Amino acid sequence: MLFGFVLEKGSMHRQDLQCYVQICVVGCTWEVFGVWREKCISHENDTNCIFFLAFQGEGCRTVPLSGHVGFDSLPDQLVNKSVNHGFCFNILCVGETGLGKSTLMDTLFNTKFEGDPASHSQPGVQLKSSTYDLQESNVNLKLTIVSTVGFGDQINKEDSYKPIVEFIDAQFEAYLQEELKIKRVLHNYHDTRIHACLYFIAPTGHSLKSLDLVTMKKLDSKVNIIPIIAKSDAISKSELTKFKIKITSELVSNGVQIYQFPTDDESVAEINGTMNAHLPFAVIGSTEEMKIGNKMMKARQYPWGTVQVENEAHCDFVKLREMLIRVNMEDLREQTHTRHYELYRRCKLEEMGFKDTDPDSKPFSLQETYEAKRNEFLGELQKKEEAMRQMFVQRVKEKEAELKEAEKELHEKFDRLKKLHQDEKKKLEDKKKSLDDEVNAFKQRKTAAELLQSQAQQAGGSQTLKRDKERKNSGFL
Amino acid sequence: MESAAVPQELPPDCGVHELFGYVGIEAVLEQMKVKTMKMGFEFNIMVVGQSGLGKSTMVNTLFKSKVSRKASQPGQEERIPKTVQLQSVTHVIEEKGVKMKLTVTDTPGFGDQINNENCWDPIIKYINEQYERYLREEILITRKRKIPDSRVHGCVYFIPPTGHWLRPLDLEFMRRLSKIVNVVPVIAKADTLTLEEREEFKQRIQRDLKAHAISVYPQEDFDEDPDDRLLNDRIREKIPFAVVGADQEHQVNGKRVLGRKTKWGIIEVENPAHCEFPMLRDLLIRSHLQDLKDITHNVHYESYRVRRLNESNRPAPSSNNGLPGRDEDGDESNL
Repeated sequence: MLFGFVLEKGSMHRQDLQCYVQICVVGCTWEVFGVWREKCISHENDTNCIFFLAFQGEGCRTVPLSGHVGFDSLPDQLVNKSVNHGFCFNILCVGETGLGKSTLMDTLFNTKFEGDPASHSQPGVQLKSSTYDLQESNVNLKLTIVSTVGFGDQINKEDSYKPIVEFIDAQFEAYLQEELKIKRVLHNYHDTRIHACLYFIAPTGHSLKSLDLVTMKKLDSKVNIIPIIAKSDAISKSELTKFKIKITSELVSNGVQIYQFPTDDESVAEINGTMNAHLPFAVIGSTEEMKIGNKMMKARQYPWGTVQVENEAHCDFVKLREMLIRVNMEDLREQTHTRHYELYRRCKLEEMGFKDTDPDSKPFSLQETYEAKRNEFLGELQKKEEAMRQMFVQRVKEKEAELKEAEKELHEKFDRLKKLHQDEKKKLEDKKKSLDDEVNAFKQRKTAAELLQSQAQQAGGSQTLKRDKERKNSGFL
Repeated sequence: MESAAVPQELPPDCGVHELFGYVGIEAVLEQMKVKTMKMGFEFNIMVVGQSGLGKSTMVNTLFKSKVSRKASQPGQEERIPKTVQLQSVTHVIEEKGVKMKLTVTDTPGFGDQINNENCWDPIIKYINEQYERYLREEILITRKRKIPDSRVHGCVYFIPPTGHWLRPLDLEFMRRLSKIVNVVPVIAKADTLTLEEREEFKQRIQRDLKAHAISVYPQEDFDEDPDDRLLNDRIREKIPFAVVGADQEHQVNGKRVLGRKTKWGIIEVENPAHCEFPMLRDLLIRSHLQDLKDITHNVHYESYRVRRLNESNRPAPSSNNGLPGRDEDGDESNL
């Protein structure tokens, strides 16, 4: 808190001033600096001198400088460092296929980014991200453009917003991971968090689609949303005003928080304030240049006339470029870091179980939090180990039992086979024996028959021989 | 979902993407400047040296105002304290719309006792305490929008102008402190040395520092690009600066200059031929102030953080059934 007083030359000295101040400032302690007195006396040619008082309540006094110190170059030093380091800016374009997202990016940054137009037959929403290095005078900008491919093309669009939300969260997560590392390199980290989300609204002229509302509601707490009406040369002026009013009222009634350009800094408060009233911007993108009057301008040519992109009466493209790039780029980055990222971080850490204060509202020390988490973790590990060990032992037992069973079976089988084998053997031996008996019997009969034959030959004639022969033959057969 | 896994980067020889016309990206510089000016700056400087070397006067001369502890406690008796005490005084100074919150930490009692062993311990403790405070704020779940920065950005060490070599106390102190903070050594009360003596003294000091591997600001390891290196090399040749402090004005050739009046002449503080105070001021304030803060934040604070987080990850040996403490490195479970 400061007070300024103007004194006349040689008019007051310290004691008088003390009284003066005590009268007008009641109940506050104050300090008067010794310097002012010397100044007053020495500046004999000045008619007055100005000095400052500060209230001691803040614990910090403002000291006047008696010469040029030189730290007014500090913002320049900071800016130079940032310039050497480079900037990065990430834009997410959300909108249905064919609404002119790529063309608008080309027009905004006055260049041709590569890429083919997307087809309409994507099975799900995908995000395509490309990074470009732009340079203008001495500023290096690492621009990343993320575009939704296939948004709004499916028959069932219930989950269309999910890939987008997941992508944004993934970027926050990557930054959070880097921040939580022990050995981290934050100042050289390529920041991929989305700084601005341009939401392309189809130029129906009636109202927002429910897909738009749902998606914007899901995104408004995660990213700075700037809604724009795409291909707005399809809407006439009167319809446009009605459309804009309808959109803003729908957004408000559904509680969607879109990005408001900041109005707290006097230098930009005015322009931002007026621009806030023009949201959502109705834009047209075009990279083709036409000759209009005697200048080449970006325009779209129709049989009934030419729409100039940079003509403020035709569309709000110039406003969008002013707001997005020339006036508020830094603010967008700051909001992303201080608001959206902090919110994500807070939720994520609370989810992980970290708290700032324990139930007695004494702040947790770092050590305690770590120790608690670590012990918990180790306890769980031990439990799991035990469980695994138990399971292992059980399995071993089961396997052993199985194996024993199998062994028993094998033994039985072996015994059975052996028995069979022995039976077979016995049978065969019996058969052999009977065959041997038969052979012996036959041999005996043979010798007996030969004996008879020789006797018969000696005594009888050939008939009996024949008959005997026949008999012998038939006896053999 | 295929997201930023494969960003399509242009082939390296394509380099920078061409812009067909003026886009207005450079306006971001202006925006940044406005924002930082609104937020204000903080700078914390510490002055260390024996009593009587002119530390308070030097600080007053640097910032052209009575910011040292002597000015804010008028009428207190000057007694040499028994132990090293640290006293911080904070002021807000403004110049051309740039507001700066300047904190000057003085160390009366440093090097003044008979036995000066471990007189740097309170200072190291103080510096680490500031890092600790910042770390705690940074680790909170709901953190402040702007974390108050009380870390010491620069430590100016006053070397008595003996003209010989660095004393063991100086070496010890600078060795220990250059690891945790930016140390800028200066030769105090340099009006007692002639120019030749100054040169010789400086050479000897530089050799001593190199021999003991003490890296003072600007450190060689943190030069970012060849331009930086060139600039910093020129500064390194002149380290330590021979300075004279004065807060009284005198008339010289019809101009009012800050200086010391002696019977044999007036030593002009801001005259580069007389002393190197302008160089010190330029280094500290006009050109390298942001660099000092950046190195403190990116290097010294980070190494403190690494040390701190590593030591609280290692549990006490008895409390863990003999499981050895693991040094977890860089994973999510590290918070």
